[in-house]
Amino acid sequence: MSDAQTTQIPVTVLTGYLGAGKTTLLNRILSENHGKRYAVIVNEFGEIGIDNELIVESDEEIYEMNNGCVCCTVRGDLIRVVEGLMRRPGRFDAIVVETTGLADPVPVAQTFFMDDDVRSKTRLDAVVVLVDAKHLPLRLKDSREAEDQIAFADVVVLNKTDLVTPEELSKVEATIRAINPAAKIHRTTRAGLALSEVLDRGAFDLSRALENDPHFLDAHDDHDQHHDHQDHDGHHHHDGHDHHHHAHASDIHDVTVQSVSLRGGEMDPKKFFPWIEKITQMEGPNILRLKGIIALKGDDERYVIQGVHMIIEGDHQRAWKDGEKHESRLVFIGRELDAERLKKSFDACQAA
Amino acid sequence: MPTVAPLDLDGHCVAAVFLGDVPHFALADGTIHRLDHGHKTAQANDGLLAAFHDAANDRLITGGEDGKIFSVTAGGNAAELASAGKKWITSVAAGPQGAVAYASGKIAFVRFADGKTKEFMHPRSVEGLAFSPKGMRFGVARYNGATLHFPAADGKPVELEWAGAHTGITFSPDGAFLVTTMQKNALHGWKLADGKHMRMSGYPGKVKSLSWSARGKWLASSGAPAAIVWPFSGKDGPVGKAPLELGTRGNAMVTSVACHPSQEVVAVGYDDGMVMAVRFADAKEVLLRRPGKGAITSMMWDREERRVAFGSTAGDCGVIDISA
Repeated sequence: MSDAQTTQIPVTVLTGYLGAGKTTLLNRILSENHGKRYAVIVNEFGEIGIDNELIVESDEEIYEMNNGCVCCTVRGDLIRVVEGLMRRPGRFDAIVVETTGLADPVPVAQTFFMDDDVRSKTRLDAVVVLVDAKHLPLRLKDSREAEDQIAFADVVVLNKTDLVTPEELSKVEATIRAINPAAKIHRTTRAGLALSEVLDRGAFDLSRALENDPHFLDAHDDHDQHHDHQDHDGHHHHDGHDHHHHAHASDIHDVTVQSVSLRGGEMDPKKFFPWIEKITQMEGPNILRLKGIIALKGDDERYVIQGVHMIIEGDHQRAWKDGEKHESRLVFIGRELDAERLKKSFDACQAA
Repeated sequence: MPTVAPLDLDGHCVAAVFLGDVPHFALADGTIHRLDHGHKTAQANDGLLAAFHDAANDRLITGGEDGKIFSVTAGGNAAELASAGKKWITSVAAGPQGAVAYASGKIAFVRFADGKTKEFMHPRSVEGLAFSPKGMRFGVARYNGATLHFPAADGKPVELEWAGAHTGITFSPDGAFLVTTMQKNALHGWKLADGKHMRMSGYPGKVKSLSWSARGKWLASSGAPAAIVWPFSGKDGPVGKAPLELGTRGNAMVTSVACHPSQEVVAVGYDDGMVMAVRFADAKEVLLRRPGKGAITSMMWDREERRVAFGSTAGDCGVIDISA
């Protein structure tokens, strides 16, 4: 597996509304002296002022893979372009896929899991969303895509922070946290952040993914995003812990995405795996992302899982360290999730 | 015993063809290599993505990342035929009377022999192109089906619907059937006279290579550990019939097929670079080339039915002489 991964070309997906600063960031990726060469796939040549033969324009082409299953979608144009690019792999080190403001990031990401040809040659590195600090509240009111993009992201670049007051900025950030407690948020002006914060993140690499998320699972409560931040005993997950941030962000929070954070002790693998399989099959359309670190009874390694809709991947990550608490943590980000039922059924998977 | 004259190139071979009697190899970087009293090279597209062998005119039509269409003729003469802007040319085809079709995004272009071109706009991307062997008619593979155009007339196109993403397309040599490759592991076919559907599924992988046998009696396909060969001699094609499975291997997938020009024999190329010839009647196999460095991407028989040119993903190309 590690051999395959070293030869797979990493792919960064860049989403965000028009005017949020995507082009600024792309131009930096293409022009700064970081020693790597990028192929860029765009839906419109648009504003990229850089002449580069490896900027490829493609028409967004969404394929449903199974009749009737709305969440089993891929981007047909990406399959074709990636296949074409990978026939001459010596020209670039990584690929950036820029989507239009209205694009759904899910088919883009799923392409890298569902198409065997694409999957064998590339690996999804991270989904990055650029957000305009001033206009986000309005975007969230008038579109579902803006919310989806944040919910789906590994990295949120909260840009144009100079155009809002510190109070507005805190509210916007709290809103982003409410939508996606797992993402890493960077406050910027003119998309000015180290490119290492958006490139080569390994957010979908099971061995690295969750190490990158200090806010997410290794809860130290440095933010108030955790639904169950007091609840370290691993047995009782009370509803009610999650009201703090909702109150905080309420006046700009036209949000339909929710997250459910679960925490427990060691899991019985005979119960946990059938459960997560069933949940992702039944609730797949409602689950945008899921991530977790699972302590399995009788297993001396941490088990990490991640999912996109119905696609779920899991693997052993590393041995538990001496003195490290054998704790299971799992976050679902999605819509119409039944938090109470998820918690109860998750708890029921715990080893006796 | 078959002998192999290897030609080790650096890069993915998109097409291996005979032009005149000279083997030509078109690589993804746009270089055209030929074995013509030594190894010689010409340049077509800057980034070559699609190629179609135009047998009637003994030329190779190519399209590429540079948005251009080239015509490559024997001796490695590469001439630009057309240009369609900044987008990639993702599919090319040649048809009757010197016509050429090419796809750029949602537009299919047809260029007639006199140099005039016509554009056909589609609601979705043009994924594959093929001309019917009879009359001036061409088909477009698209999402949820195929569209037939009559570029010499101003009539309305004919829409053939079948849910799913159709990525490639071919007409049977008698023009009676239309077959598409799909994003999922299946082929779909239509009997053009009555629109009757033909589902050809059960492949473990995507089908990327199709080849009609002599007189169109069979359609060979890749995408499985064997060449899957569907019978098309009956009036309803393969409906209700099982395909032949030829050259079955336990540990390799077929990536390229090329039917013999006159006999019921198919050259089968595998993902490990092996090539076999297999006879339909008794499934008898002859090893033509041992495994190499890359998956076989393209093969063609010469006019004398004596040699097979082959290309691979890794650039280890060559010519097999079966008469030696």
